Formats: sequence, structure tokens, C-alpha cells
Amino acid sequence: MEQGASTTTRQAHYHVPQPMPWPIMGSTALFCMALGAVFVMNASSGGWVGLAFGVMLLLYMMFRWFGDLIRESEGGKYGGWEDLSFRWGMSWFIFSEVMFFAGFFGALFWARVMSVPDLASLEHNTYLWPGFTSHWPSAGPGFEEKFSPMGAWGIPAINTLLLLSSGVTVTIAHWALKEGKRAILNLFLFFTIVLGVLFLGLQVYEYAHAYSELNLKLSTGAYGSTFFMLTGFHGFHVTCGAIMLTVIFFRCLSGHFKPDHHFAFEGVAWYWHFVDVVWLGLFIFVYWL
Amino acid sequence: MSAVIDTHGHAHDHHGGYGGVMRWITTTNHKDIGTLYLWFSFIMFMVGGVMALAIRLELFSPGIQFFNPDLFNQFTTMHGLIMVFGAIMPAFVGFANWQIPMMIGAPDMAFARLNNWSFWLLPFAASLLVISFFTPGGAPGVGWTLYAPLTVQMGVGMDLTIFAVHLLGMSSILGSINIITTILNMRAPGMNLMRMPLFCWTWLITAYLLVAAMPVLAGAVTMSLTDRHFGTSFFNAAGGGDPVLYQHIFWFFGHPEVYIIALPAFGVVSQVIPAFSRKPLFGYASMVYATSAIAILSFIVWAHHMYTVGMPVQGQLFFMYATTLIAIPTGVKVFNWVATMWQGSLTFETPMLFAIGFLFLFTLGGFTGLVLSLVPIDIQLHDTYYVVAHFHYVMVAGALFAAFAGIYFWLPKWTGRMYDETLGKWHFWLTMIFFNITFFVQHFLGLAGMPRRIPDYPLMFESWNKVSSIGAFGFGLAQLLFLYVVLKAIRSGAKAPERPWEGADSLEWTHLPTPVPYHTFETPPVLK
Amino acid sequence: MKACKPARGIATRAAQLLAVISGWALSGLALAAEWNLRPAGSKIATEIHDLHEYVMILCTVIFVGVFSFMFWSVYAHRKSKGHKAAQFHENTTIEILWTVIPAIILVIIALPATRVVIAQKDTSNPDLTIKVTGYQWKWGYDYVKGEGEGISFISTLATPREQIENRAPKGEHYLLEVDNELVVPVGKKVRILTTAADVIHSWWMPSFGAKQDAIPGFIRDMHFRAEQTGTFRSQCVELCGKEHGFMPIVVKVVTQDEYGKWVGDKMKLIAAAADDPNKQYALDELRTRGEQVYAKNCVACHQATGKGMPPAFPPLDGAKIVLGPKDEQIRIVLNGRPKTAMAAFGGQLNDVELAALVTFTRNNWSNKTGEAIQPAEVKALRK
Ligand code: HEA
Ligand code: HEA
Ligand code: HEC
Ligand code: CUA
Ligand SMILES: [Cu+2]
Repeated sequence: MEQGASTTTRQAHYHVPQPMPWPIMGSTALFCMALGAVFVMNASSGGWVGLAFGVMLLLYMMFRWFGDLIRESEGGKYGGWEDLSFRWGMSWFIFSEVMFFAGFFGALFWARVMSVPDLASLEHNTYLWPGFTSHWPSAGPGFEEKFSPMGAWGIPAINTLLLLSSGVTVTIAHWALKEGKRAILNLFLFFTIVLGVLFLGLQVYEYAHAYSELNLKLSTGAYGSTFFMLTGFHGFHVTCGAIMLTVIFFRCLSGHFKPDHHFAFEGVAWYWHFVDVVWLGLFIFVYWL
Repeated sequence: MSAVIDTHGHAHDHHGGYGGVMRWITTTNHKDIGTLYLWFSFIMFMVGGVMALAIRLELFSPGIQFFNPDLFNQFTTMHGLIMVFGAIMPAFVGFANWQIPMMIGAPDMAFARLNNWSFWLLPFAASLLVISFFTPGGAPGVGWTLYAPLTVQMGVGMDLTIFAVHLLGMSSILGSINIITTILNMRAPGMNLMRMPLFCWTWLITAYLLVAAMPVLAGAVTMSLTDRHFGTSFFNAAGGGDPVLYQHIFWFFGHPEVYIIALPAFGVVSQVIPAFSRKPLFGYASMVYATSAIAILSFIVWAHHMYTVGMPVQGQLFFMYATTLIAIPTGVKVFNWVATMWQGSLTFETPMLFAIGFLFLFTLGGFTGLVLSLVPIDIQLHDTYYVVAHFHYVMVAGALFAAFAGIYFWLPKWTGRMYDETLGKWHFWLTMIFFNITFFVQHFLGLAGMPRRIPDYPLMFESWNKVSSIGAFGFGLAQLLFLYVVLKAIRSGAKAPERPWEGADSLEWTHLPTPVPYHTFETPPVLK
Repeated sequence: MKACKPARGIATRAAQLLAVISGWALSGLALAAEWNLRPAGSKIATEIHDLHEYVMILCTVIFVGVFSFMFWSVYAHRKSKGHKAAQFHENTTIEILWTVIPAIILVIIALPATRVVIAQKDTSNPDLTIKVTGYQWKWGYDYVKGEGEGISFISTLATPREQIENRAPKGEHYLLEVDNELVVPVGKKVRILTTAADVIHSWWMPSFGAKQDAIPGFIRDMHFRAEQTGTFRSQCVELCGKEHGFMPIVVKVVTQDEYGKWVGDKMKLIAAAADDPNKQYALDELRTRGEQVYAKNCVACHQATGKGMPPAFPPLDGAKIVLGPKDEQIRIVLNGRPKTAMAAFGGQLNDVELAALVTFTRNNWSNKTGEAIQPAEVKALRK
């Protein structure tokens, strides 16, 4: 990458876009969401209004901003040089997401390897937490209710299969796009979305099951916290990924993308693979081991 | 400049479709955005500075004079947060915006609209921080480190602060993705990486630090949020969590963060010192390697902020050794700067004065850092004013001085006007003297055992606190002079010559007129 | 400040000078100031002092070395003197040298530091073990092993509010005085276990080179061996909320004989002071007792006036809860309000104290319920 795009296929001009009002609208939306959420969490009425308004504004802003981008892209504004920028941008964005998950994985490992065993050590037993023994899953020494942990080989295993296959289908779609086989592209992209949605459906079912039958809740100590926050953030990312796939799907249907020019497709595919890899980590460390 | 691409709308005016305020709100021009960042950062510096003065006012004498302890803690917290996230970081992003495209011969940042968003997240985040003062219970009084489980006891202001941190983090992540992409992909032909001005290098590496560290902070505060409101037990022993976990996650972000503050400052100084020494930067390549080494090491030293939480002895030793190692690459930098001055042909305009002030005092702060990195000594000094003195030496005399140097250095380029050299020198000397009066004595306070974050103190600490408080007010007044100097330059400064600094040789000086036009390098410059 | 050894670095000297000058400029300022570590009272503390001195000397030498080069070029290589710039910009030999030499210096700094760390961490075979609990904002001490086992008390700031609020002249040990000092025998290895009830605090005794965070729900340890008798003072050093600046630590080191006597007295005192929870108390009796307990435990937040500091700290004067059903109020004081600064006092106060306290709040200021809460009622509500 030493020379960047600057040596070979150098374009004469880089597309520097025009001013637009979407960024400030995005900030306003986030601001309203933050204020709304603060009100909701502190049990003040009116918070939901701010929150809902913020979310709608954010969605509208994204719709318009991406709309502009798509128009520009289809209008041929973006050459190889801009394309490379998008690739760098997306890669580092995904990297930052990886680090976000790393924080939560860190919390999981900390609880399993450090804090729970520590709380069960001799001196902690003597002075603070009589009778607490180290085991995982654990909801900590102060937790009195009974709960059952989530097994790995039921729904989670199925979900693993679903996500892994969706990784395959999206790759097939990508390959078809490059070969110009639009029908296969559309079909496999559709499969990918279906698999993603199935995954989410099962996850919702699993959560309901956890709450109603296993007595496993967000408030079930360290186990509940790490379980729900990790799988929850992952689920949120799957949702975003599925929405992105859907957008791409409709673009494919309307004939967007060329075999050699389809960054948006690839960006989404990368994102989907990232979500996939995170799930593998979850499956191994949250459900299985 | 004729065959420009259509989107610039050169047919009507320079700035695309919008005029008036909307021009600033919607702008995609890196120079506009750079200006916005710089003014925003200065305003935040005032706000954070006023809080610092409130702290120093209360600490002028023992006893509770002006602010109740709760409010005092809120000032301390917000002073730290605002200075770090609102003043220093945005200032350097402002420099990055102005300088990087010009220095590498690019037409603009790689993602110009995203760039606008990165900036426009900040005022909203800052508003959340300021609003928190006016909520029931006020702003959080937990320290800028937001340690759990004290955060759980706080009121509404805590939630606002958490969301503000999310927005600030988003801004930094988007901004750094932009900077990385710009540097990797937008260089003019022939501007290979090892020819880039060092400022671009330090920012490239800083941007990597940001993308890696900021999301972790976002995670940490998110856990605090759910611990507060949704019954999770990340930081609660009764649920099997651990308050110390918060500290690990925070400092995994927090230590790289201090180099996020320091590296761009190193970059500025690496431009200024050669220019006024009329001599190329000594050891360019080793500067690049040293910067990278600092960045990598910064991820494995975080627990030196936590020597007293009770880690196993192996942990303490590991983090102590790793921390001391940072002295080596930082030393390389210091030596390179001194070697650049050696045998040069030096002049001492204001930017150079600030650069020398930086060099001298930052190194002093680095040495106190080294003292703190040694576990037994840190166990004495942790959470005392010695630490406060240490980090103000590296952050104020380090980062802030470098920012001043950069402003005086590039102001002529940006505005086409010279600042008043005499007043600039006054600003430097007042800043320098009052800085030391304020913060040098805090080393003594720390050694003698004054804890930080206290609104009132035992009598034996009175004299140094008085000295420090007087220094702080002097320091603050000197910054009013700075504002005056800048405004005066913009409104009525003498016209700047094409190349005001003889020794400056990066692209913005050699390939662009003064002041720089609104659009530059739409056609990449030709480099020899 | 006692012995200020000549080894203090030049930088420090210069700074002292600077400070003295500024002090002089601000005439009227007493400069009886402290500028170094407190006198060492244990072997570890002495080692820390020596280490600090050693590192300071090294740093000063490097600092002076590096900056004499810089100031020499500032002085000699200036354009105004007609100095022409050389154009060299690298030199591999010197660059390697100034990487390797600092590395060596670091090794010779790290070696002695390592020794001290290991000594500091060795908490094995103590003569006396004391558990220290941080509360918002006081310290609880429990002697859990060794002579004095079973002694347990709470140690609170003794400086009167009037002094803090500048309504009375400040005493000699302003903010560094407590009602119950921690008493330990000289020359004995004391192991301190730290923990906390609410948020993180940190227990520090600079004279012994001992500092350890007190983490809620966890036990951490450290040790010290005091080498001389005397009274040693310090403060909590981890931000723990509003009154973080007001929870001092005072350790009284006494001879073995005095210690034995203190243990005996303390035991007797505890036995004598044991309240009888089965007794029926009269309203006035409870009120007077309650006032004392209130002054010690509650004024920081709810204020002596009972007006609190709204909105963070609610008033008790006229509060619905205080005037409402008594069980509800007893429960709050017993168990605290989770996620607020309102702590659970059930673990710190006994039934009689709690009964007195609740009686007091219900019959003071404008509150006039006329109810006398008996210890048995408190006992019944304990979980
Ligand atoms: C710009 C920001 C910045 C920078 C650059 C540094 C640089 C360093 N810091 Fe600092 N630090 C902070 C900002 C910064 N710090 C902040 C904000 C805190 C407090 C946070 C809080 O708690 O609120 C803190 C706290 C802090 C602590 C924790 C103290 C405590 O709370 O108990 C420690 C401990 O190890 C430490 C160490 C160091 C070290 C070893 C360096 C090194 O990088 C310094 C290296 C430089 C030199 C050593 C000088 C130059 C070198 C030579 C001339 C070569 C020759 C030298 C030798 C061979 C010795 N810092
Ligand atoms: C880069 C960041 C940065 C900067 C620039 C500063 C700048 C200053 N800081 Fe700050 N400081 C921190 C980062 C920074 N600080 C951090 C991270 C903490 C830790 C917080 C915590 O514990 O959680 C801290 C904590 C801290 C403390 C310890 C508080 C405590 O423990 O309770 C003190 C005390 O003296 C202090 C003082 C000052 C002063 C006097 C300045 C001065 O340099 C400020 C000068 C600026 C102005 C004064 C504003 C401009 C002037 C005007 C608006 C004109 C009006 C002026 C007059 C009328 C005189 N700071
Ligand atoms: C650390 C500060 C602090 C201390 C010390 C403290 N309280 Fe509180 N107290 C609070 C806070 C904060 C609340 C409000 C809790 C809430 O928001 O629900 C509170 C609430 C109460 C309430 C309920 C009042 C209401 O209107 O909801 C009572 C009763 C009370 N405290 C009694 C006491 C007594 C008795 C003591 C002394 C043993 C005491 N408190 C010590 C902080 C404190
Ligand atoms: Cu307890 Cu600070
Ligand atoms: Cu650090």
C-alpha cells in the first residue's frame, strides 16, 4: 500500500462532495435520543417522545444521506480512487467495532477468570461472602434466586449454522455479482437475508425462553450481564447488517452495481462476515466453554 | 484551476450552495472544518479553564469557602473531561484538518461530509456535559475517570455524561477513520510515506490509537449505564462483577488516550523546531519508529494507574517494566529535537519559544512520569497532587504549549496576516512563568501527602496551595492575552509575506500562496 | 520538614528557589511549607525514600545533561550571532547510543525498585491482622487476628463543622483528627485487610509506605511494621463522593505494654457500652442518644438542620417517610436505598442506636410524632 492509489490508476480528480445538511441533522437526532433516553431511564414522562423523534430523525437522515450517496455512485461520481477510500474507511470502521466487542469479551473473561474465583477465595469466604464457591456460570455471591444457564447445543448451535451458511450465501452472491450472474446474485442475497432474519427470530425466542423458563435475566449477576449484553449487542449488529443487506438487495433488484464497481455490496458483505466472526467467539466463550 | 470538477459549484461561489451560518453548518471544506474545530476547542478551553479557576479559588485557603464539596467534585470532573475531550483533542483534530491535506497534496479529506459530522457531534456532546450541571443532583462528581461504583450513586447528570462520552467517542472514531484514509489514499504522486511531514505521521499513528481505544471506552461507559439502570453487575461484587474491571477497561483506553493527546503535539513540535533551526529534522526515520513504538507500548502499560488496587506482584512488575520502556522511544524524540537545534541557525519567534518551552517542560513531566511508573514510589504518590503536577506538565506544558506553537506557526498561512510578535512573546513568557508557579509547587504538595480531588485540606498544605492558586489566575489572564493576539492578527494584522518562516519547507509553504485559497490541490502538486 | 538530604536534585533546588521567590513576593505568606515525602516510620518507607532520591538524582543528571546541549545551541547557534546552519540530519552511531544508554539506565532503576516491590507485597506471617472497611465517610476497624482480636470500632472525623465552615479557628490537626484512632504495637508486623461497604476508598499511611484501595465486595491486603511510637496521620485517597476530603486516618503506634493495656481497656469499654436491646427506653432517653448518633452518621448529608441538601440529599425535616409508618423508615435506615448515597446502616449501628436514631428524627425539628421506637422493633425488621 506504500503508494496508495496514487501511482497506477491515478484519476485526475478526487470527488469532493458538496455541503449537505444531513450531518447536523444526524447530530440533532442523536442529541434528542440521548436526552430522551435520559428522561426515560430516570422515569420522567416525555422521554419516549424525544427518543422516538430522535430515532425517526436519524432514520430519515440516513435515508437521505445514503440516498444522495447512491445517486452519486450510480451517477458515476466514484472512480477507483474514491472506491479505495471507501475500502479503507470500512475496514477501520469494522476494526473499531471489533474493539467495542473486545471490551465486553474482556468483561466476560474478567468475571470468569478473575473476579468470581477471587470472590470465592478463603479470605473472601471468611470475611465477606461465606459459602460462596467458584463456578461458572455464576451470578455472584449476593444473588439468591436460582437460574439455569443457556445450553450451547440447542438454539445457539442452530444459530451458528444459520449464520455460517449466511456467510456462504453472501459469498456466493458476491461471486455471482462479479461474474455478472444477476439472478444468482439476487437469489443468494435473498437467502442471506432470510437466514439473518431466522437467526434473529430464534434469538428473540431464546431470550423469551431465558426470561420465562430459565429465570435468566439481564440482572442475573455477572453471567446474565455478560450473556445478554454480548448477545444483545451482537443481535443489534445482526439487525443492522440485515437492514443493510436489504437495502443492497433492493439496489440489486433495480440493477445497481457492476461486476467491477460495487463497493457498497462488498462493504455490507464484510460487515456481515464480521458479525459472523463475533458470533463464533460468542458461541465458544458464552455458550459452549 | 479551470478544469475543476462540477460539484464544487465554482459557477456561483466558492462554498457550494449554502451561505451565512449554513455555510459553516454544512461545510465539507477541510479548512472550514479545521477552523470550526479550533474555535470550538478554544471555547471549551475557556469553559474548562474557568472550572479550573473555581477549583483553585476554593483551594486558595483551607476550609470550605465558595463551593460545597459536591459542586467541587463536579468541577473537577468536568474540568478534566472538558479539557481532555473538549479542548486538547479537538484542537489537534483542527490542526489535522487544516494541515494534513495541504501537507500531502490532497484536495481535501477523503470523506468530506463525514468530516463535517465528526465536528458537528462535538457541540452536542459538549452541551450534554454542560446541561448536566443544571439537572437535579448536578453534574457527576466522580472524577474524569468515571470510576464505578461511585457512578452508580450519581444522578441524571451521570447519564448525560455517559451519552456525551458516546458522542465524543463517535466523533473521534469517525474523525480518525477519515484521517487514516486521507493519509493512506490521498497523497500526491511522489509523496511517499517516508517523505510525509512528521506531523502527518504522528497523526496517522494517533488515529490508529483512537480507533482502537475509543470503542473500548464506549463499552466501559455503556456497562456503567446498564449497571445504573438495567440491573447488570459488571462492576458489582455481589453479582460476581468487579469495580476494578471498570478501571482495567477504562485505562486500556485511558493510557493510549494520553498519547493521543501527546503524539500530535510531538508532530507540531517536529515541524516547528526544524523551521526555526533552519535545519532538517534530525533522525526522521527514527522519529517514525519511536512514535510507532510509543503507540504499541501504550497498549500494554495501562495498569500503572492501578498499582494500588491490589494486583499480584507479577502484574505490578510487568506493568512497571513495560511503562519504563516508554522512556526509551520518548527519549529518542527528545534527543532528536535537541540534535535538530544543535548547529542550527536559530531564531526565537513565538512558535519556537513555545516549542522550546514544550521540550523543556514536557521532558520534566516525562521524568515525573517515570518516577510514578516505579511501583513503590507510586504507591506513595498515587492519587496525590504529585500526579496532578505530572499530568499538567505533560498535558498543559506539553500538549497545550505545542498547540500554541502550532497556532502561531500556521496563523499567517491560514489568515494571511501576521500576529504581533511582541505580544506573542509576552504571551509565551507569562504562560511559561505562571505555568510553573501553578504546577511546580504541586509536586511538593503531592510528596508531602496532599490527596487529589479534595475541596479542603490540612493546614500544612496551605502555603503551596496559595502559590498554586495565584499562579493559576496569572496563567488564566495570560490566555486572555492570547485571545487578543489572535483576534488582533485576524482583524488588523500586517499582511503576511509569502513564506514568513525561512526554514519551513513542507508543501503548504512551498506550493501554496499565502493565505491559502479556499480550494487547494484540486490537481495534485508536482513533487520532485 | 526534617532532614532534607543534600541529595535533592538541582531541579528541585531551583524550584525551591522559585517557590521562595514567589513566596517572598506574596509577603505575609508563611512559608513553613513541606516539600518532600513525610519522614519515614517504617523500613519500607525508608526504602521508598531512598529509591525516590536515587531516581531523582539520575533524572536530574540526565535532565541537566540533555538541556545543557539544548541551551548551548540556544546560546551559541543563533542566527543573530551569524551562526550558519549545518545540514546533517542523521547519525546512526549516536542514535543507537541514545537508545541503548537509556535502556541501561532503566535497568539500573528497575532493579532496586523490584526489590522494594517484592518486600512490600510480602504480607505473610503477620503478628496482628486488622480489617479496615471504608464507609462513606468513615473507617471501620476490626481486629481479626492477634492480640486484641474482637475489638471493633468506627473512626470518624473529629474536626468540628464550625472549623470547616470557617466559623471557628482551625485547630492544629485540622481534618487529620478522629474520634477513635487505630492503635497498633510498635515493631510488630501488622497486616491490613481492606474492603469497603459502598464505593472504593483507599487507606494510606505515608509514613509507613502503605497504601491500598478498599474495594467494595473484595478483600485486599498490605502490611507495615512501625519502627517508632507516635501518632501518624493521613487521609482517604480515592474519590469516594462528597465527603472524600473528610475521612482521615490516624494511627497511634504504642509500645507493646501500652498496647496490652489499651486492648484490656478497650475490651472492658466495649463490654460496658454494650447496649441492652431488650430494655424499654423512654422517649427522651432515645432522643438524646439519637441526637449523638445522628450527629456522627447523618449530618454530612441530611445536615444538622434536617433540611438536607436537595435535590441530592433529601430533607428529613417534614419528610413524608419520616412522618409516615415507622417500619418503612426503619427499613430505609437499616438497608439503605440501593444506587443512592443513602447507605445501609444496619451493619454499622446496633439496634439501640438505630432505634434512638429513628426516634430522634421523628421527634425533632418540626417532626413531632411523639413515637418512641424500641430496639426490639428494629430487631424485628432486620433481615
Ligand atoms: C500527554 C499526556 C501524558 C503523557 C505523555 C504521559 C507520559 C507518561 N506518564 Fe503519565 N499521566 C497522564 C498523562 C500523560 N502521561 C495523565 C492524564 C495521568 C493521570 C490520569 C488520572 O489519574 O487522572 C497520568 C498518570 C500517570 C501515572 C499514574 C500515576 C498515578 O495515578 O498513580 C503513571 C505511572 O506510571 C504515569 C507514567 C507516565 C510515563 C512513564 C510517561 C512516559 O511516557 C514519559 C516518558 C518521557 C520521559 C522519561 C522523558 C524524556 C526521556 C529522556 C530524556 C530519555 C532518558 C530518560 C531516561 C533513561 C529515564 N502517568
Ligand atoms: C489537557 C488538559 C488540561 C488542561 C489544559 C488543564 C488546565 C488546568 N488545570 Fe487541570 N486537570 C486535567 C486536565 C487539564 N487541566 C485533568 C484530566 C484533571 C483531573 C481531573 C480529575 O481528577 O478527575 C485535572 C485536574 C486539575 C486539578 C486537580 C483538581 C482536584 O484534584 O480536585 C487542578 C488543581 O489545581 C487543576 C488546575 C488546572 C489549571 C489551573 C489549569 C489552567 O491551565 C487553566 C487555564 C485556563 C483558563 C484559566 C481559561 C482561559 C482564561 C479565561 C477564561 C479568562 C478568565 C481568566 C481570569 C479572570 C483569570 N486541574
Ligand atoms: C451518604 C450520604 C447520606 C448519609 C450519611 C445518610 N443519608 Fe439518608 N439519604 C441519603 C440520600 C442520597 C437519600 C435519598 C435516597 C433516594 O433518592 O431515594 C437519603 C434518604 C433518606 C431517607 C428517606 C427520605 C426520603 O424522603 O426519601 C431517610 C429517612 C434517611 N435518608 C435517613 C438517614 C439517617 C437516619 C441517616 C443517618 C444514620 C442517614 N440518612 C444518613 C444520603 C445519606
Ligand atoms: Cu473515602 Cu475518599
Ligand atoms: Cu498512563
